[in-house]
Amino acid sequence: MSAAVAVRGLTRRFGAHTAVDGLTFDVAAGTLFGLVGPDGAGKTTTLRMLAGVLRPTAGEISVGGVNVVKDPEGSKHHVAYMPQRFGLYNDLTVRENLDFYADLYQVPKADRPARLERLYRFSSLGPFAARLAGQLSGGMKQKLALSCALVHQPEILLLDEPTFGVDPISRRDLWLILHDMVAAGVTVVVSTAYMDEAERCDTVALLDRGRVVALDTPEALQRGLPVRMEAVRTSDPRRAAALLAAVPGVRRAALFGDVVHVSLEGGDGGFEPAGAALAGAGIAVLDHHEIVPSLEDVFIERTGAPAHGAAAHRGAA
Amino acid sequence: MSLAVSVRDLTRRFGDFTAVDRVSFDVEDGCIFGFLGPNGAGKTTTIRMLIGLLVPTSGEGHVDGLDIRTESEAIKLRIGYMSQLFSLYGDLTVDENIRFFAGLYGVTGERLARRRAEVLAMAGLEAEHDRLTADLPLGFKQRLALGCAVIHEPPLLFLDEPTSGVDPVSRRAFWDLIYGLADRGTTVFVSTHYMEEAEYCHRLALMNRGRVIALDTPAALRALLTEPLLEITTDHGPAVAQLLQGAPGVIEAAMFGREVHVMVEDAAAAARDLPALLAAQGHRVHGVQPVRPSLEDVFVALVRREGGAVAG
Repeated sequence: MSAAVAVRGLTRRFGAHTAVDGLTFDVAAGTLFGLVGPDGAGKTTTLRMLAGVLRPTAGEISVGGVNVVKDPEGSKHHVAYMPQRFGLYNDLTVRENLDFYADLYQVPKADRPARLERLYRFSSLGPFAARLAGQLSGGMKQKLALSCALVHQPEILLLDEPTFGVDPISRRDLWLILHDMVAAGVTVVVSTAYMDEAERCDTVALLDRGRVVALDTPEALQRGLPVRMEAVRTSDPRRAAALLAAVPGVRRAALFGDVVHVSLEGGDGGFEPAGAALAGAGIAVLDHHEIVPSLEDVFIERTGAPAHGAAAHRGAA
Repeated sequence: MSLAVSVRDLTRRFGDFTAVDRVSFDVEDGCIFGFLGPNGAGKTTTIRMLIGLLVPTSGEGHVDGLDIRTESEAIKLRIGYMSQLFSLYGDLTVDENIRFFAGLYGVTGERLARRRAEVLAMAGLEAEHDRLTADLPLGFKQRLALGCAVIHEPPLLFLDEPTSGVDPVSRRAFWDLIYGLADRGTTVFVSTHYMEEAEYCHRLALMNRGRVIALDTPAALRALLTEPLLEITTDHGPAVAQLLQGAPGVIEAAMFGREVHVMVEDAAAAARDLPALLAAQGHRVHGVQPVRPSLEDVFVALVRREGGAVAG
């Protein structure tokens, strides 16, 4: 399988601050690649360099076989880039925005009707072609931005948090579109703060402070965590989470809805000390069983974020 | 139990568009009240009326016992408000932002010294109090914005999508702060798109096209979903989800993480028929099992039942 995107030693400094620090990864053609990491991890900076709009301080990038560092213009007809704030014209209609981007990308006039028809079909924006972009809801604006980015049928799609602030229904629609694109052979690189979205990627690069701290399939990342995790349902989830975080042998305890996820030291630690601590505080354990860590658990372990207990204590200050 | 917020037939029209349409609900003192709905459902418009930024077209509402039509100035001193676009000044330091908001709310002298220390501790910014706010990571900005919103220790806090775009670690830290405030008696009214955050709320109102279409505890809302839900594990979830949309007996099929959640008319029939249907298309099914619906499943089902999200 050939790499649609190949990155070697990619680095970007802003003054004394190193935003992206020696990134190396490949994105196989026709796959969905996720850039996942906390705020300030370097996701946006990386995407901007891949898109050829920001020059790296050091390192090599190849996108669609074009050396982006030497020839940033040369990669542009292979690539569509959708930044977080995509430049939609609020005072133009849906159709006029699409036409504008088709002009920018020099899409031949003869190809446009079929192209627009296809974009309308998957975006469901057809009935709103005459509506001003400024009057669309947040979810529909994102679908229009994506449609504009796709108007020249790129081989590679770079998306910076496309579901930022988008409701669950529009989020489902957007992801159906992305999966459609991948099924049609397009390579997609997407950054996201949603862990359920990260789980849908073929490969995930977990970024922290400008570096890749993990790179694998979501499943391999989840199975590779050297802790034993249990899901615990109790009569008082909030109090249980705070209490469990302080039990010796418990690395972290975090609430997922009304269930507490507990990670136990060493990988083979038993649940007894935790159970005893809960019983001692008069909290009933309704159920507990071992679980595969969620990608969010992996994220928290791998990015070295402070344990939940520390944050909880701070909150009570 | 007294009411922090009480709203009856609240309506707001913009021209011939009705953004909020005869909405009624109560929020009890000391609870975390979640406000959900698609973009454009009327959540922000409702919040803006409650905090006195927008006058209702009709209907009435009370916040902390004060009339939203006639006492909006008094309401502003009794509430904290944080929107998706934090109101912090990027070119002021952390300390200067805290002092600015303290000044707005008349927090001075010893109280200011105490609150400044508490807000810095809450945001985890003791060591950064001289830094320019613009240079802080988003998660810290957000905690500082929350601290500034509650500098005057209001009994009621309104949060409009406070965690949009924030990573999971920062989001958890933020919710720890919300819990801390609720534990000390603050009523929290929060709108969000993150369904796992909705799970943290005591009560949830679901808005669609300007109306409240469901209002209950997370557990009771889950029970509204009477159609069985199956989780299908397969190698190519996205393709399977697509294939199952519109398949016989399937109401909705969507990706949930890597798994496919399928809402069906008859669980037994679906568990029997769907694997065969998928196998015929070359998809191996590793497992089909009933699952407890997530709040996202509930949200999507209720909005679809109402005829879809607002168009525009």
